[in-house]
Amino acid sequence: MREMGREREATKVAYTVEQLVAFNRYNPDILPDLENYVNDQVSSQTYSLDANLCLLRLYQFEPEKMSSQIVARILVKALMAMPAPDFSLCLFLIPERVQMEEQFKTLIVLSHYLETGRFRQFWDEAAKSRHIVEAVPGFEQAIQGYAVHVLSLTYQNIPRTVLAEAINIEGLSLDKFLEHQVANSGWVIEKSQGRGQLIVLPRNEFNDPALKKNAADSVPLEHITRIFPILS
Amino acid sequence: MANQDYEDRQQPQELGYDPNFVPDSVKSFVVHLYRHIREKNVYEIHQMYESSFQTLSERLFKDTPWPSVDAVAHYVDNDHVFCLLYREMWFRHLYARLTPTLRQRIDSWDNYCSLFQVVLHGVVNMQLPNQWLWDMVDEFVYQFQSFCQYRAKMKNKTEQEIALLRQFDQAWNVYGVLNFLQALVEKSAIIQILEQEKEGLVQFTATDGYDYNGGSNVLKVLGYFSMVGLLRVHCLLGDYHTGIKCLLPIDISQQGVYTSVIGSHITTIYHYGFANLMLRRYVEAIREFNKILLYIFKTKQYHQKSPQYEQILKKNEQMYALLAICLSLCPQSRLVDETVNSQLREKYGEKMARMQRYDDEAFAIYDELFSYACPKFITPSAPSFEEPLVNYNQDAYRLQLKLFLYEAKQQQLLSGVRTFLKVYSTISLAKLASYMEVDEPTLRTILMTYKHKTHAVDSDLKITSNADVDFYIDDDTIYVVESKPAKRYGDYFLRQIVKLEGVINEMDGIKLE
Repeated sequence: MREMGREREATKVAYTVEQLVAFNRYNPDILPDLENYVNDQVSSQTYSLDANLCLLRLYQFEPEKMSSQIVARILVKALMAMPAPDFSLCLFLIPERVQMEEQFKTLIVLSHYLETGRFRQFWDEAAKSRHIVEAVPGFEQAIQGYAVHVLSLTYQNIPRTVLAEAINIEGLSLDKFLEHQVANSGWVIEKSQGRGQLIVLPRNEFNDPALKKNAADSVPLEHITRIFPILS
Repeated sequence: MANQDYEDRQQPQELGYDPNFVPDSVKSFVVHLYRHIREKNVYEIHQMYESSFQTLSERLFKDTPWPSVDAVAHYVDNDHVFCLLYREMWFRHLYARLTPTLRQRIDSWDNYCSLFQVVLHGVVNMQLPNQWLWDMVDEFVYQFQSFCQYRAKMKNKTEQEIALLRQFDQAWNVYGVLNFLQALVEKSAIIQILEQEKEGLVQFTATDGYDYNGGSNVLKVLGYFSMVGLLRVHCLLGDYHTGIKCLLPIDISQQGVYTSVIGSHITTIYHYGFANLMLRRYVEAIREFNKILLYIFKTKQYHQKSPQYEQILKKNEQMYALLAICLSLCPQSRLVDETVNSQLREKYGEKMARMQRYDDEAFAIYDELFSYACPKFITPSAPSFEEPLVNYNQDAYRLQLKLFLYEAKQQQLLSGVRTFLKVYSTISLAKLASYMEVDEPTLRTILMTYKHKTHAVDSDLKITSNADVDFYIDDDTIYVVESKPAKRYGDYFLRQIVKLEGVINEMDGIKLE
């Protein structure tokens, strides 16, 4: 939980912004720095939720300074942070009348599809809104990463077609993607009974009960320390 | 005071109130309180603050303010700091019993500024009861919230009020409020103190924050409570992530100075739990609500005479409503103590059954419980004075409610899945799809939604399962994993060890003739 100084440091400038957020976060003067930092995150494919929330907070305090373009970028970055709840965290801070703008409505629909596992609809909708999402490099890969995350929670073995739909990759590109996953992430490809490929996803504690750690067996050290005076 | 006409209209009960009349009992009260503060008699200060002040308020100032500070100042050597403290209480009493005018709101802000400046510049050498220091932070945030609500009701503002709002635009400004709380946290170095305490280098929690070596506890403890204040302000703004972050230095799995004052204990857990609910970390919210509700259940009889009693009961009821919401979205009643559970069933059993249905009526109940139990959200920005004046005091609440209901709706199909998973150990996708009356691709999306919504991801990307019933899919078959209620033997033994030690100590204490 403790995450002081955990944030990635993209550049020297980024480091300064992180410091500003840590030590001077209730100061309207840092607003332009934070706006620039959003653009930095977009171009350098880095991400700082804390800095972006800090900026949305400043917009909340002084709505006349709000830039729709920056807010849209923050929201796209937040979508890319799925499965973390960052998109909702941002919406909580954006006034309802702003959320009514067309581009934000689109992003909210996109978020809704991702939140409810409807990847087919998501990719269709995203294709219609290229101008919004293509402004942010790495968007597709990030969403594919989220899809793989949810699939890994859900499946031990997944039909190729289901995977293809979720990550929106087909044919030769999918073969390449699978090749990469087999080499780097422990995926295995099996032929199932004449119905095309079946992909074996790596086991984890969420798709395999055998790997589930039994929390009941362990007692946290803090609890034990309570009886130290008695034991001594 | 300016605008006398208007204020008289606002407060007809004040007619006949003479701010310069000081009854003997009040004179004696300030003289004694002043002496005890100078002599650092924390116990006596606490007695006078908690009980004498209440008794006198009840007897003499039921619906009028206390005498003005100018009228009592000469009984206390015109002591600057004492006068600031007196005014702090004066305003608190006014807010609790009467309706403050705009001028009074601004004056109270000024008084907090002066008081906190004095504390921040380290010139106080007092030892004040935790209860009082908590009340200061609590009241400061409350008055900020109250001001935002007041300011957002623009429609019925008089011209004088609007002129005052424009003139004193720094009063209760959100930057000012946050920066005071932040400054108290930083200047007190409380975060470092709590860190050092873990290494055994200093004592803070062990002495309940008091300083028995002649120093003052005021800045340290105000800094400590300001972290709770920041949590609360951020929740009021809808910034749950930052709110929880502000509380991180306090380990809420343990007792601490925050539990030494019931109001602080409840405020901390209420906001922490609420923030976790909004972050979809239901298990964490359920655990903390359960603990505090059990604590209140066991101890509330001791607070019956406390001025906070009503507030305790209200927060108690609100937290049951929040617990009902959490358990409806994440049915893990095994996390809830039997006592709390039976209270919950009594209060919300029927509603919770209806919430499981996820029809329009169910959402109406989600709406009702959320609206009843949520914090009083605020819009922190200043109004636009130019346009036709509009009320915007409901905007922040409506947004949070809408987003919460949106989340509940995204989860509406999950309770159906849950019902089927509970009665099967394996089931084919095709069969479950036909039971749920959806096609297979749709069922796959519902199952992925179930997985996504029941697995919280924290800021370290650590995944925590909140699922009561879990499953995995192999090709086109679902295998159900029922999580058995794990007996926590470790905790049980720890509790018994402590109990036994208590019994042995008691027996040691008995002298046999």
